[in-house]
Amino acid sequence: MRVRIFSGQLLKPVLLGLILLFILSFQPQAFCQDTSAVLDTIPPAAPENVTAKDTPYDRGRSITVNWEKSMDDGGGAFDVTGYEIMRATEVDGEYKLIGTTTAGAQHFIDNDVRDGVGYFYSIRVTDGVNLSVSAPSLAAMSKPQWVNLRRVNVFVFAAALTFAILYFINRAKRGKELFIRKIAGLEAVDDAVGRATEMGRKIYYVPGISDMDNMQTIAGLTILGRVAKVAAEYEARLEVPVSRSMVMVSAREVMKEAYSNAGRPDAFNEDLVYYITDDQFGYAAAMDGLFVREKPAAIFFQGQFYAESLILAETGNSVGAIQIAGTAAPAQIPFFITACDYTLIGEELFAASAYLSKDPKLLGSLKGQDVGKFIFLAAILLGVILITFEILNIGPWFTVG
Amino acid sequence: MRREVPLMITAIVGFTLIIVYFVPHPPFSDIRDLFADWFSIIAAFAIYLGILSLLKINVEKIHRKKSGWQFSWVTILGFALFVVVGITEGRDFGEYGTRYYYLYDRIYYPLMATMFSILAFFIGSASYRAFRARNREATLLLLAAFFVMLGRVPIGYYLSSWLPEGWRMGDMANAIMSYPQMAGQRAVMIGIALGIVSTSLRVILGIERTFLGGD
Repeated sequence: MRVRIFSGQLLKPVLLGLILLFILSFQPQAFCQDTSAVLDTIPPAAPENVTAKDTPYDRGRSITVNWEKSMDDGGGAFDVTGYEIMRATEVDGEYKLIGTTTAGAQHFIDNDVRDGVGYFYSIRVTDGVNLSVSAPSLAAMSKPQWVNLRRVNVFVFAAALTFAILYFINRAKRGKELFIRKIAGLEAVDDAVGRATEMGRKIYYVPGISDMDNMQTIAGLTILGRVAKVAAEYEARLEVPVSRSMVMVSAREVMKEAYSNAGRPDAFNEDLVYYITDDQFGYAAAMDGLFVREKPAAIFFQGQFYAESLILAETGNSVGAIQIAGTAAPAQIPFFITACDYTLIGEELFAASAYLSKDPKLLGSLKGQDVGKFIFLAAILLGVILITFEILNIGPWFTVG
Repeated sequence: MRREVPLMITAIVGFTLIIVYFVPHPPFSDIRDLFADWFSIIAAFAIYLGILSLLKINVEKIHRKKSGWQFSWVTILGFALFVVVGITEGRDFGEYGTRYYYLYDRIYYPLMATMFSILAFFIGSASYRAFRARNREATLLLLAAFFVMLGRVPIGYYLSSWLPEGWRMGDMANAIMSYPQMAGQRAVMIGIALGIVSTSLRVILGIERTFLGGD
């Protein structure tokens, strides 16, 4: 049977459907104008006192622009949505938009300028619909500075510390006995390696997950030298899975030298140091797998660690390995203390090389560090006294720019 | 020469970067960027050594049927898959919608998230061991942990809401974190900063040379 729409048979349902569709799709807003947008014809008050000056103590090519907020920003009509920074090379020239900020901002750093060229700035404030423009600033010109005066305090402190370190190194070289307290974690290196030898199991050394540009990695590799030497002497199998290729190359050199120094160059094999992955959790997964499968007798964690620290240390703990950790990452220290047998806390990691080698030059540098600690301690005490009695706030002296 | 040249390079780069920190004027300001570029270039070349090491170790493991050799297949195949797909996608391989992005988003990312989430369980087991009151220090740690953990969750607030302001769980937690915890943390930070300065100086002056393979 053929159905014809206009025959009357389906006309009513179709018409009803169309009416229903029209009702459902009807949007009253479409027939109304946005009254808020139309009614708001009052532009926000323009920002005032626009100033521009060369960004101080930098390499040049940068101008800092400051202004006083619009009266309607955080007050008045409360309708400012942001500021637009306009720039021209002539005061009456064409001002071009070079950046925007959110409401509440009062400065902008223009890093796209040429040294020696004068720039004028004007700030345009907007409420989303209307705009107001400030008077232009005076001309500003960027230029590089020779000395960053905000870092003079760092320079003074670093110079004093360097002098102290060099002084004590010199003293140590002349044969002066220097006392260094016992560091339990480093004393335990021989025990850990010995245990691995007795059990006939492997030792894993993890030099952190950072690259060679991190001082903790370098400190970790210096400790590896000592561990490798002991392992070579004890004939224990030491493996170093790394997460950075450059660390792999350096660690191979360190181990090769350590095995030679121990009189066992034949025991060294380049494959004892191998690359796993740069990825943080990929590395953690691989290491966990190694720990669980190989059940090492000892594990060393020495270097920079992040969130993977506890994943590694807890897995090592679960397989019963003796664990010696060391890191200068403050957030990871509690995890290592909890999960490892010994932990080198912060500066102990950097002191390890001097402690293990007993080289007077290195020990002298540790003594120099103590002078630095004394300066800090004295400054803290002095600062507390001065601020308590409202005499002087020396906090800014220790602020680094 | 094998030892002297790296030591000389280390000293020159070290001293130059110290000068750069205090002298922002060109050409010193540009040197830092230059060194950073060189580091990236060297690291890019070093990655090939890493890849060779990865493949060699895993192929050997499969060949000798060492413990867990099956996982080496996963490593090699996963590596090959990502490399091949990445190369076939061209320069924009990481863009949204590419096959590489699909692999990253559907395989790599969930695996990474899984590993990270395991941390929650490890924190539980580690806390259980750490917070046992075995001696006076451990008991203090337990008490501090009790206040800090309860002070950071709503139930801590409800349990102590009857107490005067300043003595509630949240206040105690804030006090512990702001004073004893912060003081301890800063002491560690000062020690670390001094250690870094001292070690840097040793490395620049060539006193510390173990990392170069020296003793």
